[in-house]
Amino acid sequence: MAHYFTIFFNSVFIDNIALTFFLGMCTFIAVSKKVDTAMMLGAAVIAVEFITVPVNNLLYTFLLKKGALAWAGYPDLDLSFLGLICYIGVIAAIVQILEMALDKYLPALYNALGIFLPLITVNCAILGAVLFMVERDYNVVESTVYGVGVGCGFALAIMLLAGIREKLTYSDVPKGVRGVGITFIIVGLMAMSFKAFSGLSF
Amino acid sequence: MSKAQDALLDPLFNNNPIALQILGICSALAVTNKLSTALTMTIAVTLVTGFSNASISAIRNHIPNSIRIIVQMTIIATLVIIIDQMLKAFAYEMSKALSVYVGLIITNCIVMGRAEAYAMKNPVYESFMDGIGNGLGYGLVLLAVGFVRELFGSGKLFGLTILSPVNDGGWYVTNGLMLLAPSAFFLIGFIIWGLRTWKPELQE
Repeated sequence: MAHYFTIFFNSVFIDNIALTFFLGMCTFIAVSKKVDTAMMLGAAVIAVEFITVPVNNLLYTFLLKKGALAWAGYPDLDLSFLGLICYIGVIAAIVQILEMALDKYLPALYNALGIFLPLITVNCAILGAVLFMVERDYNVVESTVYGVGVGCGFALAIMLLAGIREKLTYSDVPKGVRGVGITFIIVGLMAMSFKAFSGLSF
Repeated sequence: MSKAQDALLDPLFNNNPIALQILGICSALAVTNKLSTALTMTIAVTLVTGFSNASISAIRNHIPNSIRIIVQMTIIATLVIIIDQMLKAFAYEMSKALSVYVGLIITNCIVMGRAEAYAMKNPVYESFMDGIGNGLGYGLVLLAVGFVRELFGSGKLFGLTILSPVNDGGWYVTNGLMLLAPSAFFLIGFIIWGLRTWKPELQE
């Protein structure tokens, strides 16, 4: 149990996907103007990570890994070079299915999430989490925990940034840095404060 | 200036993908703590953007609108796999240093963005030039950030010592912050600030 907690805690705070690995930055900067939209996006990211990371883990273990096709009679086959194209295909397909399922069964949530769901396909945070999962050789349970953790980390970071940016409307920022420029500097400061978590260990 | 020349040069300053269109920041920041990784990334992204633009533009009239994203994704993913395999074969150390960020070129918004915004509407040659131009515009920021981070973070450029650090008996006290994640955000913020002060018409 403690092992899973460590994975979760690490992926939320110490290895925060947005603030230490710089993934999902385009969405992170673009969709952080208001707290409630940021919250929606955060929820969507958690949902997608929760499904895609373990599914890609199964795909990797039973189809792509060296020797994974032994059950089909090809013990020497190593298809891991096809990884990238498979992962992105799975992500795109799952996002599409999730979108259709939400539309059918939870139309209120679907309308609230709106454009964010399709955008998530090209969010590097999702593909990034999948690639880290492969690199670290997690099993299915570990990768589920890891996926949820990464999603929560992203949601936390984007909500914090949106909170700061809402307050920022009232401040007098020099013309040249207004908008995106100051956002980068804020994200830099946030990343520095998240560095403080790296001193923790379990 | 001809259209192709425009397509090549415009993204360098006037319409820089990182500083103005805010595309492709994701991978840009993580690989800039050394100039050598920044340079490899620049070359990889420029090649992928150029060739993906060219190939998407070549078949643009045959792609059904409803499945265009998945077609673009497939082309881009194929090109990225080629680059990834090349790096693994010929520059293994570099491929290890870049870790997942090579794969993440697939979701780099510059590649997708240019395919969608330019290559779907323009002929092959112009699209290729636009891809190369955007790759170079991306690389310009990457190399600028990489230069500052490596020089002040470890006193080196391309691994060669420029400012001899205290640890090796020199005089320069290295700035550890430069090697950490946050410094990249500050530097990009300052680059945007500088660019917008230089060209006030770009301000928000």
